[in-house]
Order: sequence, then structure tokens, then C-alpha cells
Amino acid sequence: MFRTVADLIKITEEKDISIAEAMIQQEMDIHQKTREEIIARMEQNLTVMEKAVEDGLKGVHSQSGLTGGDAVLLQEYMKKHQPLSGEVVLDAVSKAVATNEVNAAMGIICATPTAGSAGCVPGALFAVKERLQPTREQMINFLFTSGAFGFVVANNAFISGAAGGCQAEVGSAAAMASAAVVEMAGGTPQQSAEAFAITLKNMLGLVCDPVAGLVEVPCVKRNAAGASNAIVSADMALAGVSSKIPCDEVIGAMYRIGRQMPSSLRETAEGGLAATPTGRALAAKINGNQPMKE
Amino acid sequence: MKFKSVFDIIGPVMVGPSSSHTAGAARIGRAARHLFGKEPEWVEIYYYESFAKTHQGHGTDVAIVAGILDFDTADDRIRESIEIAKSKGIQLTFMEEDAAVDHPNTARIKMGNSQENMELVGISIGGGKVEITELNGFDLHLSGNHPAILIMHNDRFGAIASVTHILAKYEINIGRMEVSRKDVGKEALMVIELDQNIEPYIEKELSEAKHILHMAKVVD
Repeated sequence: MFRTVADLIKITEEKDISIAEAMIQQEMDIHQKTREEIIARMEQNLTVMEKAVEDGLKGVHSQSGLTGGDAVLLQEYMKKHQPLSGEVVLDAVSKAVATNEVNAAMGIICATPTAGSAGCVPGALFAVKERLQPTREQMINFLFTSGAFGFVVANNAFISGAAGGCQAEVGSAAAMASAAVVEMAGGTPQQSAEAFAITLKNMLGLVCDPVAGLVEVPCVKRNAAGASNAIVSADMALAGVSSKIPCDEVIGAMYRIGRQMPSSLRETAEGGLAATPTGRALAAKINGNQPMKE
Repeated sequence: MKFKSVFDIIGPVMVGPSSSHTAGAARIGRAARHLFGKEPEWVEIYYYESFAKTHQGHGTDVAIVAGILDFDTADDRIRESIEIAKSKGIQLTFMEEDAAVDHPNTARIKMGNSQENMELVGISIGGGKVEITELNGFDLHLSGNHPAILIMHNDRFGAIASVTHILAKYEINIGRMEVSRKDVGKEALMVIELDQNIEPYIEKELSEAKHILHMAKVVD
């Protein structure tokens, strides 16, 4: 069983297999399941992600009214204009936003690795899909590769905002997506690790400060940042740029930063954006004028 | 290692908006329901730290009640679970606690009917994964690393043997086991971590075994 990214890369090099394949083989070994069972289950998750993006692009709104409809705005903008950030990046952003808008509206999504960060992986996947035209199998492998990196993070650090801040959620999700984009584009496992490290480094320190305690503001737009970061870092790694700090050490840094974060910045809705005048006013309106504690 | 499967990371499929505060809460509620063994007449839910601050916004209330109604994380009846519970005559109380606890996402659930009651503490550790840390005053070390069965039984000769005999018969391997009791001859709790999830027919046989009061399982 691999415990670190270094272990994972070593397995891929020794056996001459992809990261996705290493993850599938480990899942088969530990859980005594057949390859077909494991792949079928992942395909179900892929189908849920496709449905969520589809629903989000039709336009959904949350009960609070804080989020919804932005995925539609982005798609309309892309039809009329050449986006400055490029079509793949903005498409990823719109699909990440679509997923998180569905999540905020209590629709059905697949957590990757969490619900609050569920937009990054499918956002990047379905945008890159338009460019690289992968097979269904390659799309499923994208999720195994994302999962392999997330598995290391979850076991060595954390993946929840309450434990480690947004860096643990959207940071991890974006980095996972980045590694998988590299693999889909034909990069090496080591390049996937570089992309992961670059993305997570750029997300370090991000706090979890949801307005009114809802997974809406700033969560939906943080997924947009995560998905775009994932694609940009993937391009950097594919260009041959490497991270001076190795992947596992970046994960270690994320863990220590999370441990130092005060509780007010870990999903308690007491600090950061939640504590701004507007954040508090929105919370009072939504939660029925309950005074928020400092 | 707390996380053992790729599907802990890519998954669960769930009703939004939060894997720890919604899906995890639903799983804690469902573990409580399975452990109690039937629909309760009343439920008291106590929240701590992040759960206490943000439970309403994250749908934790509806999720935990959905779990208590035995709904899965992806069941879209989660949104209406409180109305469903009320229509069934289940009394619900939600309390926010100030006490410091070990984990930021902690919930204590008390439930019962006119004959009996039960109390459980669950924590939601991220991505929808949960751990049960206390049951009826028994401290548990249910890590969530493995599938597990929790069996409330009478402290009688042969209670443990009757369970391990059934597991051996179906070649189910035990990874870790703990037994605790409050007093000699009284109610006791057996926690068994397994290498695999058990099939419903084995579960049925276990719950009908001698001296067994209730059983619940934590699936992988």
C-alpha cells in the first residue's frame, strides 16, 4: 500500500504502469474486489458528475439565494466572446461552478474529495475532455489518478475544512485534478507529482470562512480558482517546470499550516469573509437574526 | 491509515452541500439508527464546535435525521427528512453545546422510545467518513479503517463464542476486537473490525444469535 507520493511514483516506475493503474491494483488487493467491480463503481461516480454539470449548466439556485446561475452566465459569455483566460480554463471554471451550484442547492454530487470542493476535479476533467477527446476509460482513469493523490493527502494531512481549512479541501481537490490532467495529456507520473505540488503550494494557507456557515460564499468561486489553478499548473509541469519542494513535503506543510489555523478560520463561520460586515448581515438575514459569536 | 479506499476520496455520491456536515452527519445518524435497531420515538441531537456553529447552513439537521430514518447519503428525501420524521411522530430536539471536544465535527445523539434509550457520539472526519467514539457510555475505538460490526449483548457465558463461531463458519476474518461492559452480568458491547463487509444473511444470523440484543454495522 502506498503511503506517500514518493511510494506511488516508485510503484509506477518499477511496474511501468500509470498512477490510475496503481490505484486500481491497490483497491483490488485491499478490498478483494475484481477490476470490473471497481471500474464499474467509478463509472457510476463519473455519471453522477456528468449529471451534476448538466444540471448546473441549466441554471440552479440555492435556497438561501446566495449562489446559482453563474455557470450559465459563464457559458453565455464564452459563446459571445473569446475568453481572455482561454477556452479550456474558462470552460473548467464554468463546470466547476456548475457542480458547486448544484451542491449548494442540495442536489446530488460526487464528493471529490469533499462536497465543498466537488467542482475542481469534474470541472478540469470535462473541460480538458473537449480538447483531448479521451475515451470513457481514460475519463475513469482520470478519477483514479485524482483519487490516488487524494488518498495520500487524506492519510498524511486532512481533507476537511473543519480540520485544515480550505487548503485541505479545494487545495487538495485542485492539486488532485492537476495531477490527473497531466496524466490524461500524456505526461509522466513524476510530472503529475510536480503539477500536484505546484497547485497545492499555490493554495497553501487558504482558510475556510463560509458566510452564514453555508457551502456557498466563497466556496463556489474557490472551486473556480481550484479548477483553473489545476490546468495552469498542469501546463507548467508538462512544460518541464518542477517544484523545488517535493510533493510529500508540500503535503506536510499543508498539514502544519492547518494545525496552526485558529478554529475561527476552520469552517465555524466566525472569521474571514464570514466576519465581514456584509458576511454578517447576510448571515443575520438568512439565519433569522441570530447574533454570531466572535 | 484512516482512509483505505479510493472511494473515500472520489465519493460518496451524496446530496449536498457538505461531505462532513451533510453526508458524514447522515452516516452518523444511520449508525445510530442501526444500533438502536428500530425507529425511535424521540431524538436529541447535541452539536459541538464546527457542527454547533454551522449545522443549519450545512443541512446537518436534515442529514442526521435522514440517517436516523435509515436513508442513504444520496437519498433525495434528505431535504424533507425533518417533515417526514415529524409526520411519523418522532420528537426532535437540536442543541448547540459549548464544551470543548477532541474533534471539530462532533455530534452526540440520544434516542429512545417508552421502553429503552441509547446514546452515541460520532465524529465526521472529512469526505463523508465517520468514526463512532462512544456508545451508551462505553468508549469505542471504532476507527473507521475497516468494516465493523457492533453488537450489544448480555454479559453471559457463550455470547462472544456464538458470534465468533458464526464468523468462522463463513470464513470472515477478524482484524481487531474489543469487548467492554459496565458491570458483571449486565449489558456489554462487542466491537469487531473485519477485513470485509458482511452479507445480509450473515448479519441476520448474528442478530439472532444467543444473548445478542442488537447489532449494527459500519460499512467500508
